[in-house]
Amino acid sequence: MTPGPVIVEARGVTKTFTTPDGRALPVLDGVSFSLHEGEIVALLGKSGSGKSTLLRCIAGLISPSAGTVTYRGSPLNGANPGVAMVFQSFALLPWLTVQQNVELAMQARDVPLPTRQDKALRAIDLIGLDGFESAYPKELSGGMRQRVGFARALSVEPDALLMDEPFSALDVLTAANLRGELTRLWEGHEFPVKAVLIVTHNIEEAVQLADRILVLSSNPGRIRAELPVRLPRPRDRQTPGFEQLVDTVYDILTGREDAAVAAATEPSGASAQTPSDLPLPQVSAGGLSGLLEILAARGGQVGLAELADELSFEIDDLLPLVDAAEMLGLAQTHDARLEITEAGREFAEGDIDTSKALFGAVISERAPLIKAILRALRATADGTLREDFFLDLLRRGFSADEARHQLDIAIDWGRYGELFDYDAERGELTLEQVEVAA
Amino acid sequence: MFGMFPSRGVWRRPGLHPVDLMVFAALLALLFGLLRLAPALNAPFLPKTAPSTVSTDPANLPYYAVRSLLRMFIALILSVLFTFVYATAAARLRRAEKVLIPLLDIVQSMPVLGFLTVTVTAFINLFPGSELGLECASIFAIFTSMAWNMTFAFYHSLIAQPRDLDEAARVMRLTKWQRFWRLDVPSGMIPLVWNGMMSFGGAWFFLAASESISVLNHTYALPGIGSYVAAAIGQGNLGEVGIAIGVMIVMVIAVNVVFWRPMVAWSERFRAEESAAAERPRSVVLDLLRRSSVPGLVARPFRPAGRLLDAATRPFGLAEHPLQRSVTRARTGDVFFAGAVSAVVVYGAWRALHYVDVHAGLGAFGPAFAYGAATFGRVAVLLIVASVIWVPAGVWIGMNPRVSRLAQPVVQVLASFPANFLFPFAAAFFVATGISLNIGGILLMALGAQWYILFNVIAGASAIPSDLREATRLMGLGGKLRWQRFILPAIFPAYVTGGITAAGGAWNASIVAEIVNYGHHHLVATGLGAYIAQAATVGDFPRVLIGVAVMSVYVVGLNRLVWRRLYRLAETRYAL
Repeated sequence: MTPGPVIVEARGVTKTFTTPDGRALPVLDGVSFSLHEGEIVALLGKSGSGKSTLLRCIAGLISPSAGTVTYRGSPLNGANPGVAMVFQSFALLPWLTVQQNVELAMQARDVPLPTRQDKALRAIDLIGLDGFESAYPKELSGGMRQRVGFARALSVEPDALLMDEPFSALDVLTAANLRGELTRLWEGHEFPVKAVLIVTHNIEEAVQLADRILVLSSNPGRIRAELPVRLPRPRDRQTPGFEQLVDTVYDILTGREDAAVAAATEPSGASAQTPSDLPLPQVSAGGLSGLLEILAARGGQVGLAELADELSFEIDDLLPLVDAAEMLGLAQTHDARLEITEAGREFAEGDIDTSKALFGAVISERAPLIKAILRALRATADGTLREDFFLDLLRRGFSADEARHQLDIAIDWGRYGELFDYDAERGELTLEQVEVAA
Repeated sequence: MFGMFPSRGVWRRPGLHPVDLMVFAALLALLFGLLRLAPALNAPFLPKTAPSTVSTDPANLPYYAVRSLLRMFIALILSVLFTFVYATAAARLRRAEKVLIPLLDIVQSMPVLGFLTVTVTAFINLFPGSELGLECASIFAIFTSMAWNMTFAFYHSLIAQPRDLDEAARVMRLTKWQRFWRLDVPSGMIPLVWNGMMSFGGAWFFLAASESISVLNHTYALPGIGSYVAAAIGQGNLGEVGIAIGVMIVMVIAVNVVFWRPMVAWSERFRAEESAAAERPRSVVLDLLRRSSVPGLVARPFRPAGRLLDAATRPFGLAEHPLQRSVTRARTGDVFFAGAVSAVVVYGAWRALHYVDVHAGLGAFGPAFAYGAATFGRVAVLLIVASVIWVPAGVWIGMNPRVSRLAQPVVQVLASFPANFLFPFAAAFFVATGISLNIGGILLMALGAQWYILFNVIAGASAIPSDLREATRLMGLGGKLRWQRFILPAIFPAYVTGGITAAGGAWNASIVAEIVNYGHHHLVATGLGAYIAQAATVGDFPRVLIGVAVMSVYVVGLNRLVWRRLYRLAETRYAL
């Protein structure tokens, strides 16, 4: 397939946020790509890969810290005039009817009244909303609301349609239905846009829709792989080609690229890790233990795609769990399969006290942040420190929100492993009694 | 119904900043400017056209009531316009926000009645020889009691706009005008209407106080229900006061039924999330309007005008800010802006202090602070007594849905009712029993302020989730433990909101409650309110300035030291 003319181009886009103490935290690092006429491109990545940030740079909603975004060759200095956007949360104005919502986008472009009404009705019709013109968004189901979101975006016939996880707020069946309809419209050339850029954390969605998948790495986001999808549409999830591609993406996403490898495989290497090199994945101890129990019950091994499908998990749900299990040495991945380790089996099959003790031992060994907290607490006379101490430390490597998240996870894990306790009212962390006595 | 007093966000601002001090100084400077303006514009004689009293013939009452109502609504319209401009500027202009928001914070802590005399003088001199000056002064006084709360509420709705809606508006490339009317106003409509209603209720008090006023030993009166009452009180005619009270009650209820209830019910369409709340505000009047075709007919001719405006405002540009900005230019601008503001403020504050020093001596601040302590004592006693009485009562009402359905509108009328109408009855009682106004003043201040505690507690109690109530009943939680562990923590946030409002109202009321004239009786209490009122009556502007400044210091200081902490505690610990 020869690529058409370029619509939007990002060149060396870097986005950094500044931490309170003046350090720059990169979210995106030198991302370059272009969106051509006639293609659907999927941006895929774990949370923290900056995929939504990249989309907002392309929409002209935020400006990159370095690099440029151009629309048809001219650099953006404000909202991109050639795109329309579909939001995860629909972003409909609740006080306007379906038709008024659709017309609003054209009103902004000063389309005269008769044309406006005509086009709105056509877009409503195309997207299967006829009969709902005078309904208010709150009367509609999620799927129907997102149809309004599509109708609004399509009514202005933009050059490119940007979609920010458009199906992730919908239930599985509704999402599949809407995806299918969009594919049909695209294939039938009824879709009044020239290109589509979709941000997603659903691998199957990406494989099903896209001509090209860009896989982003996390912290900071870089393009790790670019996969062309040459499967004929409509794409059947059961075909070997489809499954193979899904597995490939899983493999890339769980693949070792960082220093994380060292930490996960040899505990001695972990001592060199700092909490900001190896952040704690955003999962609760309970969730992790659930995953390992399922894994143990499955005979200790399961394909990631299969697991995600079964639990109807998207990668943002599943991969942090997998990352945590790997980090703690409770499971390993290879070839897009997850395999439980000896420690993991012990953890999953032991009674609650054994599991907790094991969990405590594992995290104090392998999770850098937990390790750092324990070390600091042990260095004090009464085993107590204010949380601000840790937050200040974490803010050197994380944004304020992210630092809070990290500490919250550490507290959850530490409490579960009975290593330390946390007094929310006073904002203090305290070593468990046993530890203090010892 | 008062569950979500939407301007609560006001209290979320962090502690005292240097900028607040600057603003405070700026206000002193501004007030000083007004004070200077007033006598300068003042002709050697005051307009003789203005009558000092109105007729107390009850036949005039309907006309007076309409005049008063008109003032209220003009003030409301002005408040809405002010809100739109001020809040939008504060939310959209980065530099303006730094000045406008702290300014608003201080202004709303100032005793409105304190500078009434100043504004009256200024307005009279703006329109010499006509009643228009007085009219404007009265409307301005009402406006100052309405506008701040509404502005804060709208500002908070602007900055708390959902991010996705903001992004959608920008990607659609709405013009500034379109964005304001399609997104900004609708998303702020609910807090705006609720705060408008609350402020309107509170403003009756200021209407009553501002229609008849003594400045420079001369009393002016505008035709209105407030001056009618003032005249009746002057003659010691309690019967006529009683009639006026009746008319007032009818007016408060009527405005609620035909204006605020429909507004509240209508504004529900702007609620973003579909709340599971079964009880949506309803209004019979609104249902009637919706069923009729009149609104449609009235609206039709306006539609082309709307389209025309939409097109005409297009040149103002998109609701968008450039992505790339020169950092050095922005910095330079900031520096110049900060420099200019500081220079003006410092100069103004210095002139104000100099003025006070020359005319009254800076030592005059000392006694004013002492008087302030006396008034503070009254406010504190009022809050404690009112809490002891109204918290249990409010909890009982709030936890009985049937009772609260009946009680809510009654409490709302009581809260809206201008307490100064009742002062003569209380004064007559004090004269008869020989109670000093030093003690009695507490009661006068409480007449208006206590209701805020009551209806907030009712709202808090009725908002307690029923599953919690059931759980505590199943546990057999009773007596002291039930109050300690369940009821008091659950209503705490609502109580704090009520307490803040009640305290603010009480401080303001002290200006009219610490000096009461009834017939030929002249009762005075020792306190800052009396200090300001006396200074205003004789036209001692330096002392008015001192009194208002000291009272603002007390109010702002207590807000920061006590209320804001309680508020934060309520938010973090006791939010349900």
